[in-house]
Amino acid sequence: MIHFENVGLRYGMGPEILRDMTFDIPKRSFQFLTGPSGAGKTTLLRLLFMSLNPTRGIIRMFGRDLSQIPRDEFPMLRRRVGIVFQDFRLLDHLTTYENVALPLRVRGKDEVSYRNDVIDLLKWVGLGERINVLPAILSGGEKQRAAIARALMDRPEILLADEPTGNVDPPMARRLLSLFMELNRLGTAVVIATHDLALMDQVDARRMILTEGRLDIYE
Amino acid sequence: MGRTDLPEEETTSTGHQNASRRRAEMRVRPTGAILPPANIQGNALMVVIAIMAFLACLTLGAVSMVRATAAGWQSQISREITIQIKPADGLDMDAALKKARDLALTFVGTKSGTIMDDAATARLLEPWLGADLQLDELPVPRLVIVTIDESNPPDFEGMRALLKTELPQAFLDDHRTWVDRLVSMARTTVWIGTGVLILVFTAMILTVIFATRGALSGNRHIVEVLHFVGAERTFVAQEFQKHFLKISLKGSAVGSVLAALLFATASLWQSSSRATPESEQAMALFGSFTIGWSGYLGILATMLIIALLTTLTARFTVMRTIDEIDLVRSDPSRSDGLPPS
Repeated sequence: MIHFENVGLRYGMGPEILRDMTFDIPKRSFQFLTGPSGAGKTTLLRLLFMSLNPTRGIIRMFGRDLSQIPRDEFPMLRRRVGIVFQDFRLLDHLTTYENVALPLRVRGKDEVSYRNDVIDLLKWVGLGERINVLPAILSGGEKQRAAIARALMDRPEILLADEPTGNVDPPMARRLLSLFMELNRLGTAVVIATHDLALMDQVDARRMILTEGRLDIYE
Repeated sequence: MGRTDLPEEETTSTGHQNASRRRAEMRVRPTGAILPPANIQGNALMVVIAIMAFLACLTLGAVSMVRATAAGWQSQISREITIQIKPADGLDMDAALKKARDLALTFVGTKSGTIMDDAATARLLEPWLGADLQLDELPVPRLVIVTIDESNPPDFEGMRALLKTELPQAFLDDHRTWVDRLVSMARTTVWIGTGVLILVFTAMILTVIFATRGALSGNRHIVEVLHFVGAERTFVAQEFQKHFLKISLKGSAVGSVLAALLFATASLWQSSSRATPESEQAMALFGSFTIGWSGYLGILATMLIIALLTTLTARFTVMRTIDEIDLVRSDPSRSDGLPPS
């Protein structure tokens, strides 16, 4: 589904942050992306989300070479990828329901056609009673679940999560992990960027370890 | 996606029927705007647009007034031609005047000829030569006024040539010089008005560009979230342009209505104070303040053009700025290593 080949990246005239990255992310796979702080996890996630171009190398997403795709086609490709941030990035003036429905709104869908799906999804992530609540009222765990629900709303083929458990307590982290695993069981590939070893130890999953710009993969 | 094996809170589900009933009971508030109106500081922009619309409508009205006045003058002047006969030794002026009139009337396109008699000529010269003017004492040229058919004017060159042959003291003035000057004046006024309109519209477009960029900057977090959920730049532009359309419609409506009221008031004042010295002077200087239905339609059109121009400017500015943001965000050589926020 995603293929990186000799990908390298440097910011400005600085040193290479990522070097010679060659790997695949297969369909329906589950993996952790880990490494020390500043190792380049977020940068790699931005490459995976097509939000950043590599300095060198080839990235193929869903069978297409990104360097050959016109820029105005990127939003369509991004719609096949869900992304979750550590800082949630929910819109404060919209309710949980509206935040989660946002991906469908930007696709121009009629609210009547998706209302029940959004409510079902919110129930699935345990926010069934919080649909009309603004993010300011939600706890950290609830915000993270709302962000996950938003990323899942349009049934992405792959979910990228950047430190999704960074702002929640260990029990909530476990619940979020079970949510990701359930999602993966239903067919979505998952990449979780984290440096929470305890979290990774709970699942026997592929580990992608970034160290000083190089990637080692442990199947 | 089948939502099974729910997380802890959802394990208490009591079956499909109960879930459907609960869902039916759930009330969702009317969907809020992605870009809240409060996030766009539109009051100052609305005032600027109102001022620009007022100036644009004023310019449009003034130009149409000048054009109408010039057209009136032009029509009056071009309805007549004048034959001027200079006195000469041995010339029988009365006979020459009659001959000139008769010669002129032989041409197709002339309607009637009037010889300006002594009394009329004396009245004409009274402001310069005084009341007790004796025309026989001065070599004063005399005039024959010939009215013509505007739509089918006579052959002026032929008439001039015939008069020169038959009556060398006669000179034909077809008022072409005055008409040309008036046409030129009206044209210059239109050009000046067009120039002012272009300046007004340019200033307005630049103001809208600054305002849109400010709005984008103030709502960058929303634009970023829209980017992450796969919004196309046209969608983002649409969200912004909706607000700018409302602001510009309000602003241009206020400015246009004020301009229309000004013209209506001036026209009302002119018609109510007709024959007073003030009104006469204003009439002589500016012509009639009435701009007619076409003028008011022009004001309406200006209002709509301003609203359209503002909306399109906002749309293209948003799309262009998003392109720039995208370019900087995706280009590691132009980025500092931190995701733009």
